[in-house]
Amino acid sequence: MKILVAVKRVIDYNVQVRVKEDNTGVVTDNVKMSTNPPDDNAIEEAVKIKEAGKATEVIAVSIGEEKAQETVRKALAVGADKGILVKVDGVLEPLAVSKLLQKIVEKEKPDLVFMGKQAIDDDCNQTGQMLSALLNWPQATFASKIEIKDKKLEVTREIDEGLETIEINIPAIVTCDLRLNEPRYASLPNIMKAKKKPIEQLNASDLGVDTSPRIDQIKVEEPPKRKAGIKVSSVAELVQKLKNEAKVI
Amino acid sequence: MAVLLIAEHNNKELKPFTLNAVTAASQIDPEVHAVIIGKDCEEGAKALSQLPLVKKVIHVEAAHYENFVAENFAPVIVKLADNYSHIVCSANTFGKNLMPRIAAALDTSQISDIIKVISPDTFLRPIYAGNAFATVKSKDAKKCVTIRPTSFDPCESTGGSASIEKAEAGEEFMHTKFIKREEIKSDRPELGTARVVISGGRGMQNGDNFKLITSIADKLNAAIGASRAAVDAGYISNDHQVGQTGKVVVPDLYIAVGISGAIQHLAGMKESKIIVAINKDGEAPIFSVADYGLEADLFEALPQFLEELNKLNTIQK
Ligand SMILES: Cc1cc2nc3c(=O)[nH]c(=O)nc-3n(C[C@@H](O)[C@H](O)[C@H](O)COP(=O)(O)OP(=O)(O)OC[C@H]3O[C@@H](n4cnc5c(N)ncnc54)[C@H](O)[C@@H]3O)c2cc1C
Ligand SMILES: Cc1cc2nc3c(=O)[nH]c(=O)nc-3n(C[C@H](O)[C@H](O)[C@H](O)COP(=O)(O)OP(=O)(O)OC[C@H]3O[C@@H](n4cnc5c(N)ncnc54)[C@H](O)[C@@H]3O)c2cc1C
Repeated sequence: MKILVAVKRVIDYNVQVRVKEDNTGVVTDNVKMSTNPPDDNAIEEAVKIKEAGKATEVIAVSIGEEKAQETVRKALAVGADKGILVKVDGVLEPLAVSKLLQKIVEKEKPDLVFMGKQAIDDDCNQTGQMLSALLNWPQATFASKIEIKDKKLEVTREIDEGLETIEINIPAIVTCDLRLNEPRYASLPNIMKAKKKPIEQLNASDLGVDTSPRIDQIKVEEPPKRKAGIKVSSVAELVQKLKNEAKVI
Repeated sequence: MAVLLIAEHNNKELKPFTLNAVTAASQIDPEVHAVIIGKDCEEGAKALSQLPLVKKVIHVEAAHYENFVAENFAPVIVKLADNYSHIVCSANTFGKNLMPRIAAALDTSQISDIIKVISPDTFLRPIYAGNAFATVKSKDAKKCVTIRPTSFDPCESTGGSASIEKAEAGEEFMHTKFIKREEIKSDRPELGTARVVISGGRGMQNGDNFKLITSIADKLNAAIGASRAAVDAGYISNDHQVGQTGKVVVPDLYIAVGISGAIQHLAGMKESKIIVAINKDGEAPIFSVADYGLEADLFEALPQFLEELNKLNTIQK
């Protein structure tokens, strides 16, 4: 069984994101970038399945600028066998990403595609579902547990009401929650080994996909700031303020 | 052309956020049609027809719609889509799971989680966990939009009398099988709609200590929230998580106890009207968004808080 994992390069989750002064976007120059956090869970799960002898190959794919290669390398360092980088400059919407991934799926013929449940930059939460629609494959979104059963997967999904369990036939798409597993760190020897693993480079145009945006980003602004609050010195004072000043209890 | 609103329900009644989604839909175009897909969901269809903002209800029934499987729902909407300029749904796990499947089938770029309708093609949405607001304009002929329910008021729920039309069910998708749903039932208000929310974080130390939070929640008729760290550590179940990758809440009063205030947590609660933080670390970032901050050990503060609330009650009585 072959597993394809989509990994996205995003601004590191620890960075305090700042809006550009000209309101065209957020500051990305000299900002630390990393793998989108749930994508680490997606890679981890795929590698674990391979280690358990249930998969033969894990392929990591990223779509974006040249530097997204680092994200692919990181996936190779924690156990993916092969990488693919689809080079695209400029804005990419989930619809375009899913169309590119569809082409990669047609080429590599994986049995499973694992991805993150949402990217922490645009918070779209779309790409996995779009890809499964394009492929007409079953989808298991927001997965916090995956069990492989022959040609099926049993997946526990985190939903607003609690947990849901579904069974899907392979081939299938799974989008991963952070609670799925604990991603490992890459060891130094494995980072060295990853440098020798192959990364295939492709261009979006080679794949015949039109990636031009359908959405104009008109402006990006700072959200309204909360006005500064006060510190209270005791619980009694807090309760008095809540009752008499804020009038919320 | 009209807007098609996808109703969220549990086959018995509408989910409360459907009313917020109707409000958003009506701001895009006053001609709002609502579709309800389910098994034995006549009551939901009737409730939709009573919403004054809804002009027509489309009711689709089949056994395989009982469990809201997106693979079954998407083709139904895609078939109806010809007559609509916009497809709209709440950005909760139901809508997040479903809408992209529809958008991809219609070849349109979805706009997720909008907090404001600026015009029928232009919307405001938070990005980077709410650290920036983007104004985006869709160039697609047909627009798929999910809305953040807490950013819109619920619509009027009675007085309407829209017609209910039945539409034909689609085929069942055979590769996805629903097995079970473990809903955590409680008599407390729902996290998304509660007027008061009290949340615990890693500072609670264990699940047992959440009792301190529960007893205050009982007093204030509050919903209980949690940080991801508290859920990950197993103190409380996932449906309580507030934040970028959990739920967004906008109560009148949000009380954060033993929560540091990471941006991913703030993303889910910083629009609350009044924020209270109880934390023993005076430098904790949560204090930067708190209207009232109490620097204290929660194990002393919470019992005192309960005591003060009890006092208030006796005075009121
Ligand atoms: C109006 C608009 C303007 C934008 N402007 C810019 C800009 O100026 N600069 C910029 O860099 N980006 C910009 N983007 C972001 C765009 O490039 C996003 O990558 C794209 O929208 C995907 O959204 P998402 O990552 O939130 O998807 P989600 O659906 O939340 O992502 C879910 C999962 O899909 C997979 N995935 C998503 N994207 C990729 C990818 N590229 N490669 C591999 N796997 C992937 C990952 O597994 C991820 O966890 C813009 C987006 C929009 C809508
Ligand atoms: C991609 C991504 C998504 C995420 N999504 C979310 C999300 O949706 N929601 C979310 O909450 N987090 C999310 N996180 C995690 C987030 O970054 C933080 O790690 C998390 O919010 C921390 O939880 P906490 O505040 O409970 O714990 P900590 O940061 O450990 O803070 C505990 C606090 O308790 C205080 N404390 C300890 N003991 C006491 C005491 N006795 N009395 C008073 N105060 C005490 C401490 O001073 C400290 O401030 C996400 C992270 C990532 C990477």
